[in-house]
Amino acid sequence: MLEQLKDLHAQALDELNKVNNPRELELWRIRHLGKKSSLTKVLRSLATLPLEERRKGGAKANEIKKALESSLEEKEKLLQEALFTSPLESQRLDITLPGRPLPTGRLHPTNQALNEICDVFKNMGFQVIEGPDVEWDYYNFEALNIPQHHPARDMFATLWIDAGLGGKARLLRTHTSPMQIRLMERERPPIRAIVPGRAYRYEATDATHESMFYQVEGLAVDKGITLADLKGTLFDFCRCLFGEERKVRFRCDYFPFVEPGVEVAIGCSACDGAGCRLCSYSGWLEILGAGMVHPDVLARVDIDPELYSGFAFGLGVERIPMLRYGIDDIRLFYSNDLRFLRQF
Amino acid sequence: MKVSLKWLRDYVDIKLTPEELAERLTMAGLEVKGIQTMGGTWDNVVIGEVIALNPHPNADRLKLATVDLGTEQVSTVCGAPNIGLGQRVTFARIGARLIDPHTGEAIVLEPAEIRGVASEGMVCSEKELGISDSHEGILVLSPEAPIGTPLGAYLGDVIFDLDVTPNRPDCLSVIGIAREIAALTDEPLRLFPIHYEELEDSIDSFAAVDIADSDLCPRYCASLITGIKLASSPGWLQQRLNSCGMRPINNVVDVTNYVMLEYGQPLHAFDYHKLKGRQIIVRRAGSGETITTLDGSERALTPDILVIADKEEAVAIAGIMGGLDSEVTDKTDAILLESANFNQATIRRDCSHLQVQSEASIRFDKGLNSKLPLIPLKRATQLLLELAGGRAAKGIIDVYPRKSKPKPILLSAQEVKRLSGLKVNIDEILKVLKALGFECQEDDSGSQLSVSVPYWRSDVKCSADLVEEIVRIIGYEKIPITRLGSPLPQQKSKLSPSAQQSNLKEKLRNILAGFGFQEILTYSLVSLEKLQKLSPKLELKISPLKVANPMTREQEYLRTSLRAGLLSTLAHNQKFEQEGIRLFEIGKVFLPQHPPVIASEAKQSQEERELPQEKEMLCAMLSGPRTELSWQADNEPLDFFDAKGVVENLLNQLGLKASFNIGDDEILFPGRGADIIVEDDKVGIVGDVHPMVAQAFELSNAVCFMEVDVEKLLTMITGTKKYQPLSRFPSVTRDIALVIDEQVSYQTVENIIRSFPLVKHVTLFDLYRGEQIPKGKKSFAIRIVYQSPKHTLTDEEVDQTQEQMLSRLHQELGATLRD
Repeated sequence: MLEQLKDLHAQALDELNKVNNPRELELWRIRHLGKKSSLTKVLRSLATLPLEERRKGGAKANEIKKALESSLEEKEKLLQEALFTSPLESQRLDITLPGRPLPTGRLHPTNQALNEICDVFKNMGFQVIEGPDVEWDYYNFEALNIPQHHPARDMFATLWIDAGLGGKARLLRTHTSPMQIRLMERERPPIRAIVPGRAYRYEATDATHESMFYQVEGLAVDKGITLADLKGTLFDFCRCLFGEERKVRFRCDYFPFVEPGVEVAIGCSACDGAGCRLCSYSGWLEILGAGMVHPDVLARVDIDPELYSGFAFGLGVERIPMLRYGIDDIRLFYSNDLRFLRQF
Repeated sequence: MKVSLKWLRDYVDIKLTPEELAERLTMAGLEVKGIQTMGGTWDNVVIGEVIALNPHPNADRLKLATVDLGTEQVSTVCGAPNIGLGQRVTFARIGARLIDPHTGEAIVLEPAEIRGVASEGMVCSEKELGISDSHEGILVLSPEAPIGTPLGAYLGDVIFDLDVTPNRPDCLSVIGIAREIAALTDEPLRLFPIHYEELEDSIDSFAAVDIADSDLCPRYCASLITGIKLASSPGWLQQRLNSCGMRPINNVVDVTNYVMLEYGQPLHAFDYHKLKGRQIIVRRAGSGETITTLDGSERALTPDILVIADKEEAVAIAGIMGGLDSEVTDKTDAILLESANFNQATIRRDCSHLQVQSEASIRFDKGLNSKLPLIPLKRATQLLLELAGGRAAKGIIDVYPRKSKPKPILLSAQEVKRLSGLKVNIDEILKVLKALGFECQEDDSGSQLSVSVPYWRSDVKCSADLVEEIVRIIGYEKIPITRLGSPLPQQKSKLSPSAQQSNLKEKLRNILAGFGFQEILTYSLVSLEKLQKLSPKLELKISPLKVANPMTREQEYLRTSLRAGLLSTLAHNQKFEQEGIRLFEIGKVFLPQHPPVIASEAKQSQEERELPQEKEMLCAMLSGPRTELSWQADNEPLDFFDAKGVVENLLNQLGLKASFNIGDDEILFPGRGADIIVEDDKVGIVGDVHPMVAQAFELSNAVCFMEVDVEKLLTMITGTKKYQPLSRFPSVTRDIALVIDEQVSYQTVENIIRSFPLVKHVTLFDLYRGEQIPKGKKSFAIRIVYQSPKHTLTDEEVDQTQEQMLSRLHQELGATLRD
């Protein structure tokens, strides 16, 4: 009887070795562990045996059953692993076939640059606001110390809506600076804001001139704001946008609505300061104009220039992707050729 | 303004290299755009005299010249027509670096034999030396040019090209720039005394000046010289004019130009004998008056133009250009020299009116001080006496009706610190200001200065201007770098709707880019034609604002929608693009009329309402195949339901639910367009672009389109979302197939299904028309998900609900279950 059980065990294990797939395994289970299996028959036949043999045989039979069950489990595991480690040939993929295409959308490079610029200033506590593209002569010029017939009007070739109406004329703003006035009319210090938006010039277009372009205006007004704060703010900005290594130049320049006035340039990316066509052989690329808000401008909006001071800056947005990507023609931006736009 | 380093050195010692000097000037606000070195390559070029000139044995047009170089005599072949015996010329030896006059490229002079005669070098033209483009003949130097001297030592110079900002007309002069350099480099400025002999007879016995319109001419000075002799200017003077980019003409004109360049004060010489009545009257032009100016053009004058006239007629346009009739000619033997001051705005207006500019007007239109004219007049008189001979009448005519007396400006070291952040003591301030010509007086406490502004700096008007002077001379690079320390403004500003709007715009941009749309930005200005083409009937619903002075017809009107920009962009790109195109733009449109004011929200001022309404819109277009050409994708064209899907998903992301009504906007193809409705309000349209419109924009494919009013959307998404608890109970899903008349819209079916409270989701998953159902009918296959928030649904409950639902669908819409 014990011999018979041993043979059963050996035969079952032998057969298990030959099992190759889950279906065969199930058949094996029925054959050796099922209700009609030899093992079950042996267990059932135990009842007819004397007590001592019954106990011995029962213990042995149960031992073998447990052993077979654990072998089954092991085999199951092995088969499962085999299934996943060496899949069927029919399931093999040509992984070099192209993936399913999805339409890809991108933001316009100008807006990508605007987002980057605005993020830097937002982190410094500047609020983003916008203003009208069609402006009064007053906001665009007069309130900014550029009255009729001021020589600085030459700096801003203007597209007019109304011709010959003087201060009551409407125009397409030539810069985002009119929002300095609108902001200071509405708000009292402390003021800290940036104004992104479109600006327009009466200008024949060429590789470096567009009749429409984007600017970001910045304004901070409070007690104790200095030119040194402006320098720090703009140097931080340049570092954030152009990296630690890029040289930055902070020089005196003239804009009628600031005093002292500033121009900021960065080291030319194309020639690294050696001088090339891009930087007109100066080694520097101008990126923004700035300065301390002129006391007459402050007084005009009822902010006491002896108590308060502030800085303002205006920066050309297209300049930044142009420098970064080596784009040599500003007209590409608003002709919206997808072959251009999809590069960014 | 071009300025010569040699000339500058007359007034100030310059120890910096040209590059260092350019850097200092640029940092201080006087930008040097370019440095041109003249003579840097003239190593083998020397000055010589032509001592013999013989015909070439083998060529009629060539000559054999012998040139004396002092230490040796050389012979050369020369073809220049202007070569003459006794001339001082430039001689390039073999090995000299020159410019090839035909190619413009740099060359090295090699030994040559011209028509059988060897040349030991060549006599050069200006072009070959790189001085100018002139190559009509050789460069003839003045007779005093020293023989044997290297040309670089005689003519070599460095020319700075300066970009002078409009506030600094004083730097449109050599002395002005020299003064800047003196202050920047801590060197003294040297000015020369002016002195000349005068006749016994007073100038008043020769001429009289009357200023009729003193508001436009605050001052008029004149001197008079008789017995002058017109000739060419000496070489040094010609050279200096050349170096500043002005052409020498004759000694009289050259002197006026020279002194203008030197001092920044324009001067004009009249032929004294041609001044009728020996009289100068400064007045507004009469109506109908004309003048022929020096450039030969006859100009019609109007009464707002200021002229210089004699007793009878205008002889010059004040501050802009002289008249041809009173021009100095070689017959002139007496001149009246004008040095005057004119109203800045008048000159500017007259220039733009007459469409003319001159070296004089670009100085006057920046605003010159009325104290300036006298010294330059004396300087020019002295130079004329030296160079053109003659005698000066005694004295100067000086009519000066409007003297200005500027007030001193108060300045403290504290103010410099307050504005610049730079700590400067009073001694440093004094030093800088004195170097620039400001006069300073300390008050008793020694903390405050009273600063008088020199007449040439009329741009300096307040303490901030003085702060700039101090900081720019000390150097902007010395300004410390600090960060804003002032408190942040309150973050929720009164302007917050604007901030919200930019947030929404950013969100919309990101969503659409995520949906596969390329963002574009198109011009705010469009052509009238394009605006008209947006309507199949070529009608304008809104008349757009027009630019008074457009650059081109293409950019003449402010856009009233984004449609034309997108359609044009689509048309442009269809030429290159085989794949589907999805484009969008978010931007402003300009509506000349604001919507009528609602009394309760009349916040807008009249002034704001007179500007156009600038409204933020979103517009998107889709055209071409839905997916890129691929080994596993359908290649169907994008259609209405793609556009509608974009609208639904976009609004869904914003937490809004849209419904759609049949739309009748004229850009839509009738029957294939819809109004987008959110909260019972139309927020936009979606649909196929009318084929006639597409055709007008030369579009080859069908175009689907959506447009949304971003500002309206903004008012709708401000409402807060409310959380819906998650049901703990399982849902039951049932699919039904309904057969229904073709005319019944899907929406009516869905509305009935949704009216049952247990219905959680409704999804149309098939639409069938065909043989298996009667003609004129269609079949909707709809999946309905039932769920209760309160209990587990039983089959009976669901069966009952669905039965009621089907019976309503049958009664109201005639729908039956498909077998």
